[in-house]
Amino acid sequence: MTNQIGYVRSEMLGEKTPPALTVGIQGWIKDNLFSSVGNSILTIVSVYLIYVILSGMLPWIFLGIWNAETLSECREIFAQRYGDDTEYACWAVIKARWHQIIFGYYSADQYWRPILGFVLILLSIAPLLYPSLPKKMFLISFASIFIYPWLIWGGSIWGPLAIALGAILGIVVYRFVTDRFGSLIGILAACAAALVWWGLFSGSAAATMQAAIPVTIEEVSSLNLAGFVLSITIGIVAIIASLPLAIVLALGRQSDMFIVNKLCTGFIEIIRGVPLITLLFVATVLLNYFLPRGMEFDKILSVNILVTLFTAAYIAEVIRGGLAALPKGQYEAADALGLTYWQAQRQIILPQALKISIPGIVSNFISVFKDTTLVSIVALNDPLGIADNVRANSDWNGIVWELYGFIALIFWIFCFSMSRYSMYLERKLRTDHR
Amino acid sequence: MAEGIEDTVVDREVDRSQMQVSDQVAIQITEMNKWYGTFHVLRDINLTVNEGERIVICGPSGSGKSTLIRCINRLEEHQAGRIIVDGTELTSDLKNIDKIRSEVGMCFQHFNLFPHLTILENCTLAPIWVRQVPKKEAEETAMHYLEKVKIPEQADKFPGQLSGGQQQRVAIARSLCMKPRIMLFDEPTSALDPEMIKEVLDTMIELAEEGMTMLCVTHEMGFARQVANRVIFMDAGQIVEQNEPEEFFNNPKSERTQLFLSQILGH
Repeated sequence: MTNQIGYVRSEMLGEKTPPALTVGIQGWIKDNLFSSVGNSILTIVSVYLIYVILSGMLPWIFLGIWNAETLSECREIFAQRYGDDTEYACWAVIKARWHQIIFGYYSADQYWRPILGFVLILLSIAPLLYPSLPKKMFLISFASIFIYPWLIWGGSIWGPLAIALGAILGIVVYRFVTDRFGSLIGILAACAAALVWWGLFSGSAAATMQAAIPVTIEEVSSLNLAGFVLSITIGIVAIIASLPLAIVLALGRQSDMFIVNKLCTGFIEIIRGVPLITLLFVATVLLNYFLPRGMEFDKILSVNILVTLFTAAYIAEVIRGGLAALPKGQYEAADALGLTYWQAQRQIILPQALKISIPGIVSNFISVFKDTTLVSIVALNDPLGIADNVRANSDWNGIVWELYGFIALIFWIFCFSMSRYSMYLERKLRTDHR
Repeated sequence: MAEGIEDTVVDREVDRSQMQVSDQVAIQITEMNKWYGTFHVLRDINLTVNEGERIVICGPSGSGKSTLIRCINRLEEHQAGRIIVDGTELTSDLKNIDKIRSEVGMCFQHFNLFPHLTILENCTLAPIWVRQVPKKEAEETAMHYLEKVKIPEQADKFPGQLSGGQQQRVAIARSLCMKPRIMLFDEPTSALDPEMIKEVLDTMIELAEEGMTMLCVTHEMGFARQVANRVIFMDAGQIVEQNEPEEFFNNPKSERTQLFLSQILGH
């Protein structure tokens, strides 16, 4: 009878509480920290290491001194308070020089310009970041293209306005001509109109207006542009301008048209095959060497163009990966529905390819923002260049951690926000396996 | 042989009242040849399709049947011969290609819905961008066809949330939204479970009942027998045999056809 297969439960079981070690904080600790002997050893060693690091770092940071005139004054105070050997952070250097690290060599009464410029940047990328914002905000983005350089470099407002007018003229011509003759002729006509305006009329128009109604802010030479204002200017321009260029390059590299394909491939491979520092040298030193005497290319402008091209080449390869990851069926379905090449790219292919490429694109953005520190090699004063200048001053000679720590912290805030935004975007765009 | 064709999938009476073949030529293919590199995929294809015809193309894999219908909307390029669709010849002229593509709908084996767009957006995209239909009107049309394929309630979901059969019906609705005069089906049920095959075939039968010109590459012989007015058997890149379904299944002439039919119907 013990082997009987049939079985009937006569009474249903009630709920019991789970063993204490599997739930709550206890359960979590057991699962995550002490699940095995090896895990327990690792936990203990890690906790000890964290303790060692923090017990050294936290007092150094929080017992640091904010009020002092020089490094030696800091050291005297430490000697008085804690005896000879103990030394904590001398934050006084940040207090004395933070404005240089952030604003470079602007005079203090002009700080509102980079601040306003930064706010403008935030406003103009906001509609890109959060599509739910009204489309009208792109007008701010358009205006910022012309206002931001004016805020940074200064001079007469009529110059940037005249250039903006050329762009508007181009757009109007494009709308007008495209309706009648198609988009290719529209683009050509728009470029021609804008170039004619910029080449022949914008200069004199700006001069006339300036004579009639002078609106000028103090000019700041490119040499005085330094610190994070410089980093952010170069970084933002590279980030914004490189993406459309990268898309064109990636599509070109995928194209069936032989010449276009080879041009794009060649461009990408040449730029990627050369270190950024070499390119920076070429842009600033050699370019001016070849230009006629007296004509000098603005150093920041040429660095800007170069960093943009450099970033575009890398991002183009990331996007090409995204394009290659799309199944062929997507192209075929778009074709079969009668969409033209550009319609298919715009509506079907790029939205998906870019979505796949977001992590790669953003890590390139992050790395280009950090790479802006390389411009110190061509004698531009990025934050690290400023740090060197501060250290060269006899008051602060010998200070290291505080300065670089502060600069690292600011870089980290920017890069970490970009990284978080990219993760938010990925989550938001995830439609395929919900 | 006829007894072998068990009609497991198409289980309802097909209404033939609207299924009329007109004299108007919809597709004319003459002496068409295609090579992949040096490999001769399609050889001397001659095929005339009249408006209202329902043609089923079958054959072993690699016989060129998919390639043939993909040539009709230029997803594949032919290298010799002529293809005239609805009075327009397929040449390398992009205008002609886009014109033909907007008149010819196509359904794929793997549906190829756009995963980043909702079902409704999938259906309205081409009418809005290709036909310049106002968005509101395009949405109304889309809902009409989604109701027709019996999934209007899924309009706001994404393709990834639908079953295979539902996705294929959306793909059919998406094609219909362009109001095509000809529909091409490239193995529309090959990637589906049996119960989903039925819902897709039902949709295709309804389409046939309304008089749509259809070319289907499929192995659903029940569908072929019930709906098609002509069955074409292809092998090695050529049309080996074509006939009315009754005659084709009951009395296949060529040995190759007999072998093929015995293999797919024999079990």
